[in-house]
Amino acid sequence: MSEGLRLEGVEIALGAAPLVTLDITVAPGEVVTIMGPSGSGKSALLTAIIGALPPPFSARGRIRLDGRDITDLPTRARRVGILFQDDILFPHLSVAGNLAFALPSHLRGRAARTARVEEALADAGLEGMGARDPETLSGGQRARVALMRTLLAEPRALLLDEPFSRLDADRRARIRSFVFARAVARGLPVLMVTHDAEDARAAGGRVLDPRGAAVTPGVVASADDCRA
Amino acid sequence: MRRAAAGEGAGWLRAIAPLTLAVLAGPVVAGLAGVILPAFGYMPALGGAGFSLEPWRELLAWPGLAAAVRLSLTTGIGATVIALALTLLLVAAGQGTRTFRVLVRLIAPVLSVPHAATAFGLAFLIAPSGWIARLTSPWMTGWERPPDLLTVNDPAGLALTLGLVLKELPFLMLMTLAALAQADGLRTREVAETLGYGRIAAWMLVVLPRVYAQIRLPVYAVLAYSMSVVDMALILGPTRPGPLAVVILDWMSDPNLFMRFQAAAAALLLLALVAGALVLWRLAEEGAGALCRLVAMRGMRATALDRPLRPLALGLGAAGAALVLAGLAGLAVWSVAALWRFPDAWPAGLTLRIWQAQSSAIAGAAGITALIGLIATVAALVLVLGWLEAAHRAGRRAPAPAVLPLIYLPLIVPQVVFLPGMQVLALMAGFEGGLVLVMAVHLIFVLPYVFLSLADPWQAWDARAGTVAASLGAGPWRILLTVRLPMLLRPVLTAAAVGFAVSVAQYLPTLLIGAGRVATLTTEAVALAAGGNRRVIGAWALAQMLAPFAGFALALVVPALAFRKRKGMAV
Repeated sequence: MSEGLRLEGVEIALGAAPLVTLDITVAPGEVVTIMGPSGSGKSALLTAIIGALPPPFSARGRIRLDGRDITDLPTRARRVGILFQDDILFPHLSVAGNLAFALPSHLRGRAARTARVEEALADAGLEGMGARDPETLSGGQRARVALMRTLLAEPRALLLDEPFSRLDADRRARIRSFVFARAVARGLPVLMVTHDAEDARAAGGRVLDPRGAAVTPGVVASADDCRA
Repeated sequence: MRRAAAGEGAGWLRAIAPLTLAVLAGPVVAGLAGVILPAFGYMPALGGAGFSLEPWRELLAWPGLAAAVRLSLTTGIGATVIALALTLLLVAAGQGTRTFRVLVRLIAPVLSVPHAATAFGLAFLIAPSGWIARLTSPWMTGWERPPDLLTVNDPAGLALTLGLVLKELPFLMLMTLAALAQADGLRTREVAETLGYGRIAAWMLVVLPRVYAQIRLPVYAVLAYSMSVVDMALILGPTRPGPLAVVILDWMSDPNLFMRFQAAAAALLLLALVAGALVLWRLAEEGAGALCRLVAMRGMRATALDRPLRPLALGLGAAGAALVLAGLAGLAVWSVAALWRFPDAWPAGLTLRIWQAQSSAIAGAAGITALIGLIATVAALVLVLGWLEAAHRAGRRAPAPAVLPLIYLPLIVPQVVFLPGMQVLALMAGFEGGLVLVMAVHLIFVLPYVFLSLADPWQAWDARAGTVAASLGAGPWRILLTVRLPMLLRPVLTAAAVGFAVSVAQYLPTLLIGAGRVATLTTEAVALAAGGNRRVIGAWALAQMLAPFAGFALALVVPALAFRKRKGMAV
């Protein structure tokens, strides 16, 4: 079985202490959630998968995507999309500019590129907002632009780093189903890290702790809420 | 919400902001007036009673004008383009690598080396009888005696351009890194990289646009400075003619006072050239921005750039640092060299003869340098701290973005343009050549740097410490003196060291306003350039370099000693 995102004996350590030890496969269209409190190394896991682990951390093991070993590839060549807690839209580009930035360069011609951007905007319910300054969008709109931008680069896997925690409760459920629906429709393996039990339940897939043990969302969440 | 502290008898603090701005802008405006009037023939003190275009006719008739103007443009713009390009490439390619971290640690010490010492060090390296020629002769070059080459003072100004690049690169790096810290640059670049962009392309397309807005004024200051530099040009630049700034200084110091009219016209011309270059630069910024947006819209990943450009950028950066450090080492060796024949790489013997002969002169100049630097720095600190504190008590963040260009005014209007005007005014008012006036003029240039070094750490201070102190009954002055300033001792002393280093390096203000009668380490060292005695130059340039070093060392040691038992105050 070579499809999907495969973590083979991946271990993330801070100094000598291992924080994360995982050996899992995320199948296409599956959502796996890693749950743990802050400082548990779950965000470091995602930066390791995109190839941008900061120096005090170290990583071991292999990462395969659709059978290809991407462990030693530079970030740009991995084809792994990520959504952070903040949307990190580029403030100097328009909404359409942010989306066009992600389009592959082999899609040529202004008309063709504009059409793909318009299509993405329509899919996100943002028709006619291409010329807008990202700053003028609501939080929910920005989150949708960030997702569409990630998907337009045609990734083979999607990582979610607590992407919903900045949204208010009302928008949160809608954006969540928006993201999961599009990821699943494209058959992307999705790996999400969160400390929010609600997010984990809504993902509907396996929920693991950073050591790979299965977790029942409600239990950890209550402990975590006390901590917060 | 009005803060309680605002009412507590600190009304006079509010006068500091306008006073500070007056200190910055007043002399520039007055100096410009003192140049514009004589440029059009009017200056009764010099015998110019009526307006005329005579100074301009004289200036245009001078045969060296075209060459001087061309030199100012090529060396100034060339040095700025190279220094900025190298800075951006280094940060884009290097951020996160080990070589880059080493380079970052070298920024502060290299930045504190005065212009003149950097220039002398470079000259000692690349001169026909310099270290580079010695180390490659005769086995590689075949030279048994120094070749007859103009590697320093070359007519195209290449040595001057290189010197300017070496001096401006660390400044632009520091400014870029400071801006980067606020812009979340690393994560933004990572997002672009996950979208498939090469590292350099990612940085240039998505990080640079947010960073550039914050380094724009420093870049303008570099451009204006490079086009109008005097001390480095005297050491490294071409002669007959030199760049326009050097020509202006020549005419200003001419015993024939009528030459000052012509000098004033030339100063106005230089101001116009700098203004024109800034306008061109601004247009080029727009063009580059549009190009970046176009590339981004096309989705060009430009991944092929990384492999050739990364080693190139890091290599050039390391070579630049090595040139500066080897140059300084060269100064030190020359100052203690006994007989040193070409092409020997090392002198035949070492001697302290030069230091013994020069020690009393160096000590005297060092005393004057320290006195001027300390007083200008303390005055700048008082004004800047007063300004920041007044804004804090009024519940505002300082500085208002609108005043930032005013702070940069003395750094962007070339010294050689408005200082001659100030000199004329001082002459008319009858207090030319006084030590106090020199200190006051140093303050104009020290103040912006003290402000720029202090503003960020001042705002980054955790205001909750002040809230807690206030809830314990402390008034605003007690909070300032016993909580905020001690907590900020390290950045305050660093800002003071920066200010002191700026004062030590000042050449033109000391020379012009001091009317040649105030001898500092810098004026004496630059004056030695014409003589060409390397041993004496080495000693003076080394002393000039050590003065700011001493300041930075104190800024490190004092807080470390004061807080040696406070873990929370450790770096």
